[in-house]
Amino acid sequence: MAAVETLEIVAPGPLTTVQDRGRFGYGRYGVAPSGSLDSFSLRVANLLVGNDENEACLEVTLFGLRLKVLRDVAVAVAGADLQAHCDDMPLDRWTSHILKKGSAVSFRGIRCGCRAYLAIGGGISVPQVLGSKSTNLPSRFGGFEGRPLKKGDILSSNSPRLHLETGGWRLPQALVPSYGSETHLRVVFGPQDNEFTEKGRKALLSYPYRVSPDSNRTGIRLAGPIIERRPDVGESIISEGVIAGTIQVPGDGQPIIILVEIVTGGYRKIATVITADLPLLGQIKPGDAVRFKEVSLDEAYDALRKKEQDLKEFKETRSARP
Amino acid sequence: MAYERSQFRIMGDRSLLVELGDRISPDVNQRVRELFVMLEKNPVKGVLETIPAYRSLLVIYDPLITNTILLQHQIKDLQKKSEVVDTPEPKTVEIPVVYGGEFGADLEWVARYHKTTTEEVVQLHTAKTYQVYMIGFTPGFPYMGELPERLATPRRETPRTTIPEGSVGIAQRQTGIYPVESPGGWHILGRTPMKLFNPLQIPPTLLEMGDLVRFFPIEEGEFKQWQQ
Repeated sequence: MAAVETLEIVAPGPLTTVQDRGRFGYGRYGVAPSGSLDSFSLRVANLLVGNDENEACLEVTLFGLRLKVLRDVAVAVAGADLQAHCDDMPLDRWTSHILKKGSAVSFRGIRCGCRAYLAIGGGISVPQVLGSKSTNLPSRFGGFEGRPLKKGDILSSNSPRLHLETGGWRLPQALVPSYGSETHLRVVFGPQDNEFTEKGRKALLSYPYRVSPDSNRTGIRLAGPIIERRPDVGESIISEGVIAGTIQVPGDGQPIIILVEIVTGGYRKIATVITADLPLLGQIKPGDAVRFKEVSLDEAYDALRKKEQDLKEFKETRSARP
Repeated sequence: MAYERSQFRIMGDRSLLVELGDRISPDVNQRVRELFVMLEKNPVKGVLETIPAYRSLLVIYDPLITNTILLQHQIKDLQKKSEVVDTPEPKTVEIPVVYGGEFGADLEWVARYHKTTTEEVVQLHTAKTYQVYMIGFTPGFPYMGELPERLATPRRETPRTTIPEGSVGIAQRQTGIYPVESPGGWHILGRTPMKLFNPLQIPPTLLEMGDLVRFFPIEEGEFKQWQQ
């Protein structure tokens, strides 16, 4: 497979990185998973251009990314509506498009959501580091030279020509998620929910929490009513492993939803966002509100099975196309 | 102390926290290591990876393949069956450190805090063999203990936004090394030229949980030599 140049970064916007589904199996070495914050959109974008669903995409944050198309190529944009255009034509999300050599792609502004995923037919040719193409931003490795993309960077893809027949592939409307300014997240209580007061647990489920501007790929910081811990327990705990979606509460009682750039932590965790809802975490932006709803483990497992079944059906119809 | 029976805590629908004891201590940590090794040798269906820490093991699983209840049974069964676990002999790693000066910005502060000399702080820090309790915070960062009682020091009141790669720090009864440039709140005694994290190698870290570490002082002029 020959890698050839496909896209050039004309302007990177505030943060554009190369991410696949993540770097797994190295938590024992303190290596965080990194990877896309919205794995559903990443997987769909890849499938729409005929890639393996785990292939790397561009994770585009908010607005401002501009690209030059260096050869005919299939692309798909999934996730946030950042008003992607090719020249002056809007690029519909959740659909595969064939872009002509010489055209210009721009992300003009946020309509909804926070992060868009741009898949290129033939993927993004960067080396696998510890089994993944994802960018680990805090430790600066993986992805494109271990850093966010900048003006002048050129992306290459493997045999993009072989993906040009995917033009027009589309995700069924029923599977398209919607993103509002208030996101509802389902949680399972634990691992330290019993070290908060009844009042604290109620607060988490009763009030909207506002997303603060100092949120990033390590965590979503929330502001709202204090989540009170029991008077007999201290501010911190003995550090332990953590996963994305777990909600830790530091001494100030303001919750933080852990994301993908960290593997251990030393604060109590009241609850954990269920796997089926994790992709929504990638679409929450500063200023948005978040509400939590408690579900049982069985409900969480069922919700995930349902989501995976939907995606599986989409994959099958896609591969059945001529 | 170590618990008679492991305690299980639910961390969402794809991980299970197994607690082996209630404190930071070599014997509790050894129990974590035993369970970690046990699960390596006897893979349980659906388990994706485990993350060992001071007193707990986080078991991350694929919720489409297994579930919390099944996993708890399987882990309890494993623990019953294998009362004695052969953990691999820990490796001992000797780590050169340039103490003080621009490499150890807090050495003098720490000496003053304990009303002693910088020489004694270095002597105390290099006198003991430390156990790596866990790797976390950043890739390859070893949390090690126990620091001599005499050197127990609270964290810095204001954490630094950047600590250079290789910095050797202390906090409470712990000592650690910052493998990549990162923020941090520990007092920095010195810097090692050894590389603790290299993502292009497997394993990617110099140290693993259970390893033993001894520090020894080198001169500033030797730093570059050691880097090669």
